[in-house]
Amino acid sequence: MIAAESTASLIQSVDWVAVAPPTIVAVVGLAVLVADLFLSERNKHVLGWVSLAGLVAAGLFLLPLTDSHRSTFCLSGPRATACSYTVDEFTLVIQLLVIGGALLTALLSMTALKDARNADKDLPEGEYWFLLLSSAAGAALLPASRDLATLVVALEVASLPAFALVGLKRGDKRSSEAALKFFLSSVTATAVTLLGVSFVYAATGTMHLTEVGEKLGNVDGQLDTLAQTGVVLTLVGFAFKVAAVPFHFWVPDTYVGAPLPVAAYLSVVGKAVGFTGLILVTVVAFPEYADVWGPALAALAALTMTIGNVAALRQQSTRAYSAVRLLAWSSVGQAGYLLVPIAAAGYADRHTDVLETTGATVAYALMYAAVNLGAFAVAALVGRTQKLNRVSDYRGLYAKSPLSALVLAFFLLCLAGLPPGIIGLFAKVTVFSTAVDAGLGWLAVVMAANVVIALYYYLQWTALLFRAPEGEPAKHHIPAPLTAAIAVTAVLGVALSGAPQLVLQFAEHGVR
Amino acid sequence: MQFLLALIVVGPLVGAAAALLPAPPGLKGKSPDQAVLRHGVTVTGVILVAAIVLALGFDHDHPSKMQATTDISWIPALDVRIHLGIDGISLPLLVLTALLTFLCALYSYFKMPAGPSPKAFVALILVLESGTLATFAVLDLLLFFLAFEMVLIPMYFLIARWGGAQRTQAAWKFILYTLLGSVVMLLGLLLIGLRAGTFDMVALATDNDRQLSTSVQVIAVLAIGIGLAVKTPMWPLHSWLPDAHTAAPTVGSVLLAGVLLKMGTYGFVRILLPIAPDGMETFAPYLAAFAVVGIIYGSLACLALARPGAKGDLKRLIAYSSVGHMGFVLLGISTMTPTGVNGALFANIAHGLITGLLFFLVGALKDRTGTSDLDTLAKESGAALYGKAPRLGGLLAFGAVASLGLPGLAGFWGEMLALFGAFKPADDLSRPAFLTFMAIAAFGTLLTAAYMLIVVRRVCMGPTSETQETPRLADVQGYEFAAWTPLVALTVLAGLWPAALLGLTDPAVQQLLAGGKS
Repeated sequence: MIAAESTASLIQSVDWVAVAPPTIVAVVGLAVLVADLFLSERNKHVLGWVSLAGLVAAGLFLLPLTDSHRSTFCLSGPRATACSYTVDEFTLVIQLLVIGGALLTALLSMTALKDARNADKDLPEGEYWFLLLSSAAGAALLPASRDLATLVVALEVASLPAFALVGLKRGDKRSSEAALKFFLSSVTATAVTLLGVSFVYAATGTMHLTEVGEKLGNVDGQLDTLAQTGVVLTLVGFAFKVAAVPFHFWVPDTYVGAPLPVAAYLSVVGKAVGFTGLILVTVVAFPEYADVWGPALAALAALTMTIGNVAALRQQSTRAYSAVRLLAWSSVGQAGYLLVPIAAAGYADRHTDVLETTGATVAYALMYAAVNLGAFAVAALVGRTQKLNRVSDYRGLYAKSPLSALVLAFFLLCLAGLPPGIIGLFAKVTVFSTAVDAGLGWLAVVMAANVVIALYYYLQWTALLFRAPEGEPAKHHIPAPLTAAIAVTAVLGVALSGAPQLVLQFAEHGVR
Repeated sequence: MQFLLALIVVGPLVGAAAALLPAPPGLKGKSPDQAVLRHGVTVTGVILVAAIVLALGFDHDHPSKMQATTDISWIPALDVRIHLGIDGISLPLLVLTALLTFLCALYSYFKMPAGPSPKAFVALILVLESGTLATFAVLDLLLFFLAFEMVLIPMYFLIARWGGAQRTQAAWKFILYTLLGSVVMLLGLLLIGLRAGTFDMVALATDNDRQLSTSVQVIAVLAIGIGLAVKTPMWPLHSWLPDAHTAAPTVGSVLLAGVLLKMGTYGFVRILLPIAPDGMETFAPYLAAFAVVGIIYGSLACLALARPGAKGDLKRLIAYSSVGHMGFVLLGISTMTPTGVNGALFANIAHGLITGLLFFLVGALKDRTGTSDLDTLAKESGAALYGKAPRLGGLLAFGAVASLGLPGLAGFWGEMLALFGAFKPADDLSRPAFLTFMAIAAFGTLLTAAYMLIVVRRVCMGPTSETQETPRLADVQGYEFAAWTPLVALTVLAGLWPAALLGLTDPAVQQLLAGGKS
């Protein structure tokens, strides 16, 4: 992208198969936007099915890429090896996570949009699907990006539509306020990241991550401070997306203000974007400065999990939207756990160790994505009848609909890491073991304390599900897409609990 | 054999899932409730039979050898293997668990505790059984942790849903204490596993040339020890126990005291003694000190509760007496000698039998009189159970004297061996310190005798006024006999023939303490 020294390199051959997944998502998004113009009001629901099909197709296009290592958009020239777009195992796993997350979000959205249509609280459908798909395209591009410019572009493509999605509820004051809060804080973070990127570029003269990694090793003594500052500032934007403390304050209000499926999307795909960027930047580009970002991320992780969990603990179950608030704060706490292995990578000696420790983050994220989306799906189900979606509204859910109560209990126990949520337990064990292995004993202890705090509120919620209901239980119809979303996540959770190796393998041999 | 052991661990889980489904045609019984309770009796019965067959098929000539082993890779990423096996240490605990759970299921069939539907009750009991059995059967550190955690959720719900007054707080206290401990324990287990390169207990216990430095061992023992000590419970980490016992339903108390507490002491013997002997040696004197404080503290608390006018609850009293008894177990373990550890394992089993029986009896008494408050029961002069319900009174007196360690009954041998062990602790431990501990613990047995006799005096004796019409209490029913007789018989048997049990544990203990070399 940057160098085009010889005329031969003016024409690049693009490996279309490699770039297919994000491209398909983006193209389908545009198609939906255009089709929206020509569809009558009655037929708008078709857009949802088209988007769903697009996401499935993008997911299918991941298949031919397995076990391959492809790169495209490479620098040309005799000694140039750096590429801007690389498909490897890491890319594929994260793209699977992003596309799967978007798919589940789409399933949730179909019900949400239909309900909004019926209640005359219109959510503009064409725009909704376009924004969702655009954001997903950006998120799918990000793990494949291997230069700082593409990374920032992907980060922005993933974020900008998200602001609009949050503010999409027409005439809803809370929604617009949430969007504004989200927008302002995110833009600040991105600006800081850009500043950092420019510092790094100034110090090294290259944008490609691998080259940055090589050149940071022998930066001119005068530029050392500049490079260090650049490294720290670059991390800020990604830390914001992960919702790490102190960049977390937008989370609860944004989640409450946004349509519920969008909150679910932000809590999973948004975080995936953040920690993917962090892994790429820290491990590939800045290994030389591990002594700077290692401790910084460790401190960030400790702060994030503590503040997130304590705030979740303090949620009152009778407050309006407390269920979503609780999930929001708990997702901040979970982000802290996700950061632990990345911080531990800063203390690893060998390259393979680094891959293994960051693999723990990926494994944890996969577990978290499945069960957190599941929890949001059940919350969406309850939210259809209980508009305020308070935690206390879940009392006696078992009497009303036993299956969804059991499933929610399972998801919550997975998040807590307690049997029968075996996958949650072992995902936490891998994260713990990276910290213990890296000699970060204090972080392991902080995390242990946090796990107990989190257990308290997850368990309290779980216990509430099985209490005697207050009113007469009313049976009601559950829409098919919502059932599908809950079923898929539940099956995933149970399957992973039986065979944790499916995701934990990434923690074993690393994602390369 | 290995199939049998796998069945014992997995069977209850399958049974629990089946309990939630509607009964198949032909097994519907009189009502859905009756059908599901009967299902519980059947499943636990099958597991008990399997456990007995396993015990019969066990090679009694080589109790130190791991038998009926299964070893399958489950999560290669974490090096977690489904490694099951039993030896002379775990076999008695396995059988005890299967027996107590079966008796509890049988008892509930006739006397279901007040609360929501029996369906969930049976499922929870079965999950609890599976978790406990798995704890005693697994030979992988992470699986041990998984099994250890597995019992928490069912026990929480048993207390919170079917318990008595103050049940919600008690259930929370129970689960939070145990969780705090077990998270710390997980860190210790990870430390051992990562430093030694394996999570396999057998490999860790036999291969003593591992790179576990003394400092790693000390940290690991501290972390794991805290987790196990909460469960055991060791003074001063015991305060969840009295509340949990007071609030729990009868069968919950029986299982809690009878088998759940054993998971803690079993962990000390199975994990800490062989895997981190150096660390254990550092902490042994402290462990012993806490143990004897627990003995004295438990006895004094019981004495205070047994005093007239103290409004002492009988269940609470037995819970405190458990703190004292588990103190003996910990003292035995901390001596690090074969004598002491054998005594600890014996006292473990004896406590399970006797305290299980006592909780059954007190539960029955509470059902009949509506209270377990000692003052309300005894009034000024005594409850006169001997007069009102002679058989119940007799059994209660039997349980009390068994608990205080009367020679000839199960309670005696374990405590005596633990004291013997303290008389001559392992070579590297300070003998004067342990002699002091022994003297204090011996004084504790006197206090135990004192409060147990006061309880017998106040509950069983007293005038039955012949002029007034005294309300007679229903005496022991048939199903109660069925549930209690095995416990009584085994208490007598273990008291008269301790060699049956010690012959199983001793070779295994010798091998563990010798670092895998018999």
